[in-house]
Amino acid sequence: MAAGWFGRRSKAKAMESVPEGIATKCGGCGEIVFAKDLDRNMQVCLKCGHHHRLSARARLAITVDEESLVEYDRDLAPSDPLAFPDYVAKQSAAEAKSGLRDAMVTGVATIDGAPVSIGAADFAFMGGSMGSVVGEKVARAMERGIEKRLPVVIFSASGGARMQEGLVALMQMAKTSAAAARLQAAGLPFISVLTDPTTGGVFASYASLGDLILAEPGAIVGFAGRRVGNQDLGTHLPANFQTSEFQLDHGMVDRIVPRKDMRPTLAYLLSFLSPEETHGR
Amino acid sequence: MAVSAFEFEKPIAELEELLSALKAPEKRAEAEAQGIDLDEAIATLEGQLRQAMRQVYGHLTPWEKTLMARHKDRPYSLDMIRLIFDDYMEMSGDRLCANDEAIVAGFAHLAGKPLAVTGQQKGRDLKERQRRNFGSARAEGFRKALRVAQLAARFGKPVVSFVDTAGAAADLRAEQHGVSEAIARNLAAFSVLPVPTVAVVIGEGGSGGAIALGVADRVLMLEHAIYSVIAPEGCAAILWHDKAKAAEAADALRLTAQNALELGLIDEVVAEPLGGAHRDPAAAAAAVREALERHLAEIGAMDRQELLDRRYKRLRSFGVFGAVAPDAEAPAEGE
Repeated sequence: MAAGWFGRRSKAKAMESVPEGIATKCGGCGEIVFAKDLDRNMQVCLKCGHHHRLSARARLAITVDEESLVEYDRDLAPSDPLAFPDYVAKQSAAEAKSGLRDAMVTGVATIDGAPVSIGAADFAFMGGSMGSVVGEKVARAMERGIEKRLPVVIFSASGGARMQEGLVALMQMAKTSAAAARLQAAGLPFISVLTDPTTGGVFASYASLGDLILAEPGAIVGFAGRRVGNQDLGTHLPANFQTSEFQLDHGMVDRIVPRKDMRPTLAYLLSFLSPEETHGR
Repeated sequence: MAVSAFEFEKPIAELEELLSALKAPEKRAEAEAQGIDLDEAIATLEGQLRQAMRQVYGHLTPWEKTLMARHKDRPYSLDMIRLIFDDYMEMSGDRLCANDEAIVAGFAHLAGKPLAVTGQQKGRDLKERQRRNFGSARAEGFRKALRVAQLAARFGKPVVSFVDTAGAAADLRAEQHGVSEAIARNLAAFSVLPVPTVAVVIGEGGSGGAIALGVADRVLMLEHAIYSVIAPEGCAAILWHDKAKAAEAADALRLTAQNALELGLIDEVVAEPLGGAHRDPAAAAAAVREALERHLAEIGAMDRQELLDRRYKRLRSFGVFGAVAPDAEAPAEGE
């Protein structure tokens, strides 16, 4: 359940050995690809279609209408409720690495003209793990949806609940899910988008509560770590175990949406989920 | 009573062994022959035992509590159900594909009043443990619990849940059947269930599998129960790449009932009989029963909307964070 069960795939590690900025080794095909090409193609490999992770800000930039984002709750910063070993140092390192105070950016924006309450997780901040700040921002994004009568769209990328906040982090699962229940009761839609990786306590809470659930191709999506499953079970696991495609096969996801199609797909679905323009009215 | 002893219980086990030896009938004759007052000796030893037990069990470390919470003789959900309620009738199945025996659910009466009850059930012997997947539920179990809870809610009956699991199942079938979705669904649905709800962590409150039955108006924990985002062993493996450092991880995770109360995440710690619930399950159950009746009376008297508003407000209050001055040293846009 907690973040950290998911070792980065070895393929991802190989990527780090190539000097940053000019070229990089694709996490999918292993080919050396130019950073410029990746930038132009939303970080999707031109050769194999592998979807590299996006920062929260890059995600929002390719998703919402230009200049439309009004960010909320930027001031929220993590605390250290358990006085957990090295947590404060990890927060500082994560802030330096991601440029964010915690692993979630939220706000109000438009997608092809349709206003939404939106959020995007950032894996670079402690594996996108959900502690108090992420939980609070997700809950507030849902409540903002109710308050402003807006649909809610949240992109998840998280290893799960943040171990360093212990039971407080576990409770964020209940908090965000309760907020999602309120949103639904208020008659507003929630579209959950699962990106690499969406696992553990995030997949087992609000991210699985979307009225519609979309996923990027090839993303790791699952409950507990693949290694855990392997160890416990000793049975043969399908090659696509705990991926977007596996979850689609088992009815947990509505559509796999390639990155280039995400924005138009969201726009289409939002028009469908809007209360206006119903037949016979 | 021979109760298996952990390392920290050794002084107690030794005293107990001595006492039971002294109480043997042949010892009485032996003592009389030597002019020893056996009753006084036994009374002295019993006093020492009580003192030793208070000393040991009143100062358990988080890791020792973890061992207590997982004790193989600890009363499980079905023991609590049998000891607490007037009666109990179990219901089965999720109406989708299976009956997951890692979770039990059904109807019972508490002091004559009907309610629904759910809980993870670990299993006492190996065969039962396998049948119940050691109390690690899959989607089917969580869906069964929700089905019974929602049925109870339709008829205005309160719901009591007993939490006792190392965690939800993490195997292929669990994943295939959507264990994550089932947990999430329970979290959302229990947050709006329009009847009074109480959850009691009676042993291990293991992560997502535990909280899936843990959203309630009142959350209680037994004195030596634990509640954690991750097992100490798993935490130690991540932090120090060493499962043997589980005791240190248990400290860091602040997973005891007392910690949870200090953090404001639960409402009450229910005292266990001296030495732990497994030494006197009936006494442990009586304490839980008293607490259940008290809390159900309180929340049962509330207006339903008020109850739901309070429940939401409380869930919403969970979280500890700071706020920096607006836009002071704000991370640069687009970085």
